[in-house]
Amino acid sequence: MAIVERPSDVLALPSGSGVARAPLGVFARPRAKTGWRGWVSTVDHKKIGIMYGASSLFFFVIGGVEALLIRAQLAAPGQKLLSASLYNQVFTMHGITMIFLVVMPMGAAFMNYLLPLQIGARDVAFPRLNALSFWTFLFGGIFLNTSWFLGGGADGGWFAYAPNTGVIFSPSHGMDFYALGLQITGIASLVGGVNLVVTVLNMRAPGMTLLKMPVFTWMSLVTQVLVVFAIPVLSVALFLLTFDRLFDANFFNVDQGADPLLWEHLFWIFGHPEVYILILPAFGIVSEIIPVFSRKPIFGYPFMVFSGIAIGFMGWGVWAHHMFASGLGPISVAAFSVSTMFIAVPTGVKILNWMATLWGGKISFTTPMLFSIGLVAMFTIGGLSGVTHAVAPADQQHTDTYYVVAHFHYVIFGGALFGFLGGFYFWWPKVFGYFLNDKLGKVHFWLTMIGFNLTFGPMHILGLQGMSRRIQTYRDGYGFNLWNMVSTVGAFVIALSVLVFFVNIVRSKRRAGSLPPPGPDPWDSRSLEWSIPSPTPEHNFDDDPIVTQLDDWWHQKYQEDETGRVVKVHEPEEIAMIGDGSRAHLPAPSYWPITLSAAFPLIGYGLIFNLAIAFVGAAVLLGSMVGWALEPPDDEDQAPHGHGDHEDGDPDTSPSDSEEVTVGD
Amino acid sequence: MTDAAVHDPVVADHGHATSTGISNTKLAMWVYLGSDCLLFGSLISTYLLLRHRSVGGPTSEEVFDIPFTSVSSFVLLMSSLTMALAVSSIVRGDVRLNRIWLATTAMLGAVFMGGQVYEFTDFYRAGLGFTTNIFGSAFYTLIGFHGVHVSVGIIMLTSLLVMSLRGNLGPERAEAVETIGLYWHFVDIVWIIIFTVVYLIP
Repeated sequence: MAIVERPSDVLALPSGSGVARAPLGVFARPRAKTGWRGWVSTVDHKKIGIMYGASSLFFFVIGGVEALLIRAQLAAPGQKLLSASLYNQVFTMHGITMIFLVVMPMGAAFMNYLLPLQIGARDVAFPRLNALSFWTFLFGGIFLNTSWFLGGGADGGWFAYAPNTGVIFSPSHGMDFYALGLQITGIASLVGGVNLVVTVLNMRAPGMTLLKMPVFTWMSLVTQVLVVFAIPVLSVALFLLTFDRLFDANFFNVDQGADPLLWEHLFWIFGHPEVYILILPAFGIVSEIIPVFSRKPIFGYPFMVFSGIAIGFMGWGVWAHHMFASGLGPISVAAFSVSTMFIAVPTGVKILNWMATLWGGKISFTTPMLFSIGLVAMFTIGGLSGVTHAVAPADQQHTDTYYVVAHFHYVIFGGALFGFLGGFYFWWPKVFGYFLNDKLGKVHFWLTMIGFNLTFGPMHILGLQGMSRRIQTYRDGYGFNLWNMVSTVGAFVIALSVLVFFVNIVRSKRRAGSLPPPGPDPWDSRSLEWSIPSPTPEHNFDDDPIVTQLDDWWHQKYQEDETGRVVKVHEPEEIAMIGDGSRAHLPAPSYWPITLSAAFPLIGYGLIFNLAIAFVGAAVLLGSMVGWALEPPDDEDQAPHGHGDHEDGDPDTSPSDSEEVTVGD
Repeated sequence: MTDAAVHDPVVADHGHATSTGISNTKLAMWVYLGSDCLLFGSLISTYLLLRHRSVGGPTSEEVFDIPFTSVSSFVLLMSSLTMALAVSSIVRGDVRLNRIWLATTAMLGAVFMGGQVYEFTDFYRAGLGFTTNIFGSAFYTLIGFHGVHVSVGIIMLTSLLVMSLRGNLGPERAEAVETIGLYWHFVDIVWIIIFTVVYLIP
């Protein structure tokens, strides 16, 4: 069992036996499993997943308030609730918040929590790097939002076209916060991406070949590969912008011969893969939920997987459809037009497969199922309006109108967010050990569905009527009044639905004690996370699960009898792992990830305001790196033989150990 | 059982072999290097787009000293050879030779960096600052990012050397040397592209 001593972090090289117990003499090795110390020092992928989820909901409220401000301003013509300058900041921060601080981390929440469970692993490949990703994301998000108190938020729109973002046109510090804040969250995404790609490729349980992985795991893998390759392009764009704004470089200075299209290309080469980064995790989630509540396996599993991979590849060849109005020339426009139409094909395959899964199934309309069907319907609408953008002449008319706003809200809210909300209801009992109330859940769903369509449906009409996006008001008499009012009403209905969701969480938790606990497998599901108790024990699986086929857990419960009928042979409670954790080894907690990530916003503030702060940040960064490298990933004091906490039983003779050795050899 | 597991290079840290047979650390390095390709790809594209768009001088033709840069490029390429020798010596268990090659590699990297510092100073004296024209911004950014990568590599090599001197780098940790070697070779390969694109192609 000493095999567990292998350290796991890229740069944290094994530093041998002569290591001090409190590296650098700063921190004692954290031991707390509960309380705030337990949370800030945790390297447990489940706690990190929960923190990702909670932070993304927190930012969701902030982004939602910004959305309500926008809608209140636009409710009637000629309103003066927000000045033009403030309106610019609010819509920019709304976009950045929802994309980088809500949808991406919400996807990360599900991936962190579920990937190791679905592939039968103890944790992710690099637990401390995982903690680093989370804290870096959180501090980056806070850093971005502090701009409100330090001279104003970013005001160049979320795609921040040059030269509009130069110091001349955007003199406040908002765009500096944008460039540095997204750089910080980019570091978080990149580290997380490397970590999760390695986890899925390397940490699968015995027998789980790639084509036996659940669809959610597959979609997460594709997403993280996209993250790994897309984020550096954004990083470069942001570096150029930062150098221009802070150090007077000339990248977007037209006087010096710059070409503003450079920014557009770099941004959208990142930006289009980014939209698949947002949506694919949600596709994975509904691909888990729909089979469970249709009581059928997913229709066409390999097509589901390969269409996801195809989206991942083709997503790199369509970026210029965001730029049809920028004068690229007819050949580029034609090429990107065709490639954009093509990418609708694998997405259509997915829609078809979900519907074919529903077809003939014994459907139960629980809340997660409603959200999943909602995704299929709403994403189809958004996808269809997306295909209309592929037609370049029509797109010339759509560009910068509310039609585009309608489209991307249908795919990101109606797609990604619907999937995540369904995922919350579906996995809540697994994560917290109690159900969210289904009746309130249905109220939540219908309010969301109605509010969503009221808000964004009319924007199609407004856009085609010619209403520009990103303008803080409109005049009376253009025919915009009615639909804007409808849209504003819808936005407040969405706000009400979010309130219902939070009420549901609080109420369900209060009543959890009086209801029967959900048990390991409340929905009669198909993947491995349901083969262990709810809430998930800290060590996940008692032993490595041995996988023999796709939907292995389901096949352990159901088999065919002599007449070919499928019958239940085991109740989940009989065959689920009990979860005593006696043979488990867990990575030790650490304070270094949070201190290291605290350095990034310091460096950011320093670059904007005073270099002295940046030097402090750099010192924190270096100190944390050294402390991290000198701290062994395993806690030697915690284990009797220096490797893991499996005190009971005799590790040298127990059957599971000999099994592990065969695998290890 | 303990020994077998410890000496098996493809054992992950959670008690069983990795699914691909490649260790987590090495796979993570490969994935990261893939990501870095896009970073340099974007920077090189930016440079290619902007290099001839300067409104005023000095231009690349006026400042470049190609024989000098060729020599420092040669030094960097030779460091890939010594890096490979460092890996092969630690795999064979020759700790002493490994130290020599690690030190040589770091030294060659440092010489290359010294050349870059000299070159930057020289260009600056010739009137090409970071903000002078668009070529200056693009040039210093691209070369600077590569320089940062080489410097990080030197720090990692030095760390390996310190570990080795403290007796913590034996053949059982050959993979750590190999993984950092991957990074080092990558940075060299990127330099071949940068040298060709920036200095050799007019």
